[in-house]
Amino acid sequence: MPSDIEWPELAASLVLVAVAVALSMVRSLRLERTILWASARAAVQLLLVGFALEAVFDRTIAWSWAWVFAMVAFAADTVRRRAPEVPGVMMLSLVAFGAAAVVTLGVLFGLSVFPLEPQTLIPLAGMMVGNAMTATVLVARRVLEELRDKRDEVEARLALGLPSAEAAQPYVRAALRTALIPQIETTKSVGLVFLPGAMTGLILAGVDPLDAVRVQIAVMYLVLGSVATTVTIVGLGVQRRLFTADHRLTVPARPAD
Amino acid sequence: MTADVFSFEHVSVGDDAGHWRLHEAVGAIPDCGVTAIVGPSGSGKSTLLRCCNRLEAVSRGVVRFRGVDVATIEPLSLRRRVGMVFQRPTPFAGTGRDNLRVAAPDLSDDQAADLLAEVRLDASFLDRDAMRLSGGEAQRLCLARSLAAEPEVLLMGEVTSSVDPGTRVALEELARTCAGRGVRVLWVTHDFAQARRIAEHALVVLAGRIAHAAAVADLETDAPPDVRAFLREGSDAE
Repeated sequence: MPSDIEWPELAASLVLVAVAVALSMVRSLRLERTILWASARAAVQLLLVGFALEAVFDRTIAWSWAWVFAMVAFAADTVRRRAPEVPGVMMLSLVAFGAAAVVTLGVLFGLSVFPLEPQTLIPLAGMMVGNAMTATVLVARRVLEELRDKRDEVEARLALGLPSAEAAQPYVRAALRTALIPQIETTKSVGLVFLPGAMTGLILAGVDPLDAVRVQIAVMYLVLGSVATTVTIVGLGVQRRLFTADHRLTVPARPAD
Repeated sequence: MTADVFSFEHVSVGDDAGHWRLHEAVGAIPDCGVTAIVGPSGSGKSTLLRCCNRLEAVSRGVVRFRGVDVATIEPLSLRRRVGMVFQRPTPFAGTGRDNLRVAAPDLSDDQAADLLAEVRLDASFLDRDAMRLSGGEAQRLCLARSLAAEPEVLLMGEVTSSVDPGTRVALEELARTCAGRGVRVLWVTHDFAQARRIAEHALVVLAGRIAHAAAVADLETDAPPDVRAFLREGSDAE
């Protein structure tokens, strides 16, 4: 039976927050205020998003595209804040998210995997950007760290007359693998270890499980494709930013301990 | 008169905050076998060396390689003509053969074995894992790797600083052997006694400038007081 939670039912679920608060009190964790604040904040944020989505879904698809652009901009800014030591990472993220959107959404809508409408565009773009953002932060940091830690080796390659892209290749490859492997592992274990969000949501909303699974598989491939695209673009982009045109490595020194 | 191998015309390297690693360095590396660049730690001798193959960009002044401003030479071809061995051994992942082929992709096994023989490593090192070599073995492999590119000049950062005494002697002899074959060697060291053993000429670098330059035999004659004090300290430390 599809779940259709009304306000009283939602209020009833607050009992679970009370359980968390009670446990914190009993064990003297002193997390009661934090738990209450987090729960309230999540509710308010999601309700605002819900109202906003309702408003956007009722309008033309241009509004949905505007929503997608805002998500991309917000994600790029988040990457900049989480990896401030990486030069030019915000611009690179914007380019990478844009390219990933063109590739993945282009395939999903171009091949009519999903119909292009606000109800599909915004959630799919959200999945894509959310996952790509995490991988972007990881790869940007890894490329910087690899080139900083292996600075001597990279410079030894440069000193043999190798161009910077070739000198950096083994280290950037390692960074790209590190950033992609978690996504591949998640893809492998899906369904066995956990039920992914899109599928769970659809089943809760009363959709036939096999239909939900088909949607989930398409979403998973979307995430894999977008993560691979963004990781590659950001990885190679950061690498380019760390060398000068005359093939010198300009990795900033490690911050003092 | 033969052109100097390198000349430094008021070379400064530093940041915008005015912290200079080299400041107004003036001097030249003559066209002779081994030239030692001598100075205490942090004096700027490694920076001077890195300016020669453009791993370091000069902030001011000009570095010339055989009379030509290095800034006008394509950096990758400059680096193939001017090889470098670093202070710490920098083996790459893979076998000895893999390492040599980074410098010379078409190298045959016979040529690779010859290169190893030049640095006194036997042919079994072709198949050895380069990351598992001792410091001395790795440093010799790095020297062979640099020689694989057939450079005209070899820049050697303090290559004996992290190796055992036996390897130190071997590397010193190898520098002399390279010089004997016409490869010009720039040898960085803080050890004046070592400079005396292997070099014909020496530049003394103190506090970011070239404080003195002369034939090694005459280095102490006419040296300014700060250079003389440094050389004496080096000799006392022996």
